[in-house]
Amino acid sequence: MSALTFTLKKTLVQKLDVSALTPDILADKSPAEVSATNLPYGKQTLRADEFFDISGTDSKQIVFENANAKIDYIGAGLKTGSITINGDAGAFLGFQMKQGEIVLNGNAADFAACAMAGGLLRINGDVGDFLGAALIGDKKGMKGGTVLVSGNTGERTGDQMRRGMILIEGNAGKYCASRMLAGTIGVLGDVGEYVGYGMRRGTLLLTKKPQMHATLQDCGTHTLPYLSLMFKSFSALPSKFAKINQNRVQRYAGDLANDGKGEILVLK
Amino acid sequence: MIINGVQIDDTFAEAFNMRGTRVIITAQNHKWAYNAANAMTGFATSVIGCGVEAGIERELDPSETPDGRPGVSILMFAMGSSVLMKQLENRMGQTILTCPTAAAFSGIDGNERINLGKNLRFFGDGFQISKQFGGKRYWRVPVMDGEFITEETTGMVRAVGGGNFLVLAESQPQALAACEAAIEAMRKIPNVIMPFPGGVVRSGSKVGSKYKALFASTNDAFCPTLKGITNTQLSPEIESVMEIVIDGLTDADIRKATYVGIKAACELGAANGIKRISAGNYGGKLGQFQFHLRDIMNDKSLSGESA
Repeated sequence: MSALTFTLKKTLVQKLDVSALTPDILADKSPAEVSATNLPYGKQTLRADEFFDISGTDSKQIVFENANAKIDYIGAGLKTGSITINGDAGAFLGFQMKQGEIVLNGNAADFAACAMAGGLLRINGDVGDFLGAALIGDKKGMKGGTVLVSGNTGERTGDQMRRGMILIEGNAGKYCASRMLAGTIGVLGDVGEYVGYGMRRGTLLLTKKPQMHATLQDCGTHTLPYLSLMFKSFSALPSKFAKINQNRVQRYAGDLANDGKGEILVLK
Repeated sequence: MIINGVQIDDTFAEAFNMRGTRVIITAQNHKWAYNAANAMTGFATSVIGCGVEAGIERELDPSETPDGRPGVSILMFAMGSSVLMKQLENRMGQTILTCPTAAAFSGIDGNERINLGKNLRFFGDGFQISKQFGGKRYWRVPVMDGEFITEETTGMVRAVGGGNFLVLAESQPQALAACEAAIEAMRKIPNVIMPFPGGVVRSGSKVGSKYKALFASTNDAFCPTLKGITNTQLSPEIESVMEIVIDGLTDADIRKATYVGIKAACELGAANGIKRISAGNYGGKLGQFQFHLRDIMNDKSLSGESA
């Protein structure tokens, strides 16, 4: 069986919501039923085959070809299987994803991994703002799973993040780890200003000392044994983070304006 | 049955259902891993007075431990789950939390999880940090030497305790030499511990006592100095008896350990004063498991001759 493939054929003017095109929802559906899946498009609702050429039958592996940033909610609520996207993705990629794997070969817009709870989200490209954040109005962001980003991320990366891991090989924008509650964010490149703003708990792992505001405080240089456990858990990931093998870090704690139990670790 | 001049009695060891767990202790080096593990398994010879029976199972290379440091694995057994949980928590708090550089990890999977460092985190007074890797939760507790790392829980399994055999010899040094040889061989067997000092116990007991307050007392039938005045089990040439008690994760583990232990003791043979191997039991009425010595020594699968 070949992967169930959706190749975009229509020029999108409005935002298209493809949250109905996941392996869980399409399991056991006939090709006719898959084609007839209703998708919200602006204020209309249209059939999937109005937008996509659909081929393949294996709904456990879904592929989006020729995708672009107008396509929102790819892999929303994913529980099983995998989704591969060739092209860009719109907002809310992997929204409330629970298990399975999403691979994006392109860039993602804002709110990727929003309220994600588990699984693996690989973004081979850049991401917009609010990666791993909470749905607007919610108090907790991403609460599990792993996000790998090969490029850069926008502002507010990991805002209100509660659990899980976001590993960024490139740079992160302003307010990285803002209001973070727990979990781990790693950034191999640079981070913008106001890193850890309002950070309550959680770990931000960096390779360079960032510009820090006054309520982040230096706790000295340490060899932390738990980092061995963490790097061991990285070792199987398809990411540059898999190669980190030293656990000597400068530890900064904060944000003291918000309980101050978070930590920024800068690899020495 | 006679092996190398040593008579194997037609009797059996009687053993009991227990609850067991394994904990991996790591530290900066093996010296400090042993310091921690020895303290944690100290005063844990018998459930009667210590709550648990515990011992070091084996040394672990850095490649075998979760955090890539040198370590040792320990096994701990109790008659019930609540005692095991309480003892594990107390011992963790007083011996692993306190020991420089030491960390503790789960060493066994099991449907039932019991607290390892779950409540020790409160020592962190709010500065403790939880981290989850690979579906396992760990706690980082700030302490004066840096950070104390512990996994939150470990597995608890059904286990077997009280396997044993007795070495009867012509002199005390000869009995001890045979037991030392047995222990050295048995320590190579996984999933078992011999909880008594050096693995050997000299004060085997019988049920009951002339004193009402005591429910166990010296096993006078095997006391060499009482040969003339009790219903002795000893022949005139026996001058010393020592026992090896075995706790294991399964009865198969205990059978294996019993086999290699008796074999090692018998290798010294009658020429070195080892006369008989026997075992302790309660007539088969109390324990759920019976380890018949002759059956074990005849078991080809244990000797590795053929399976």
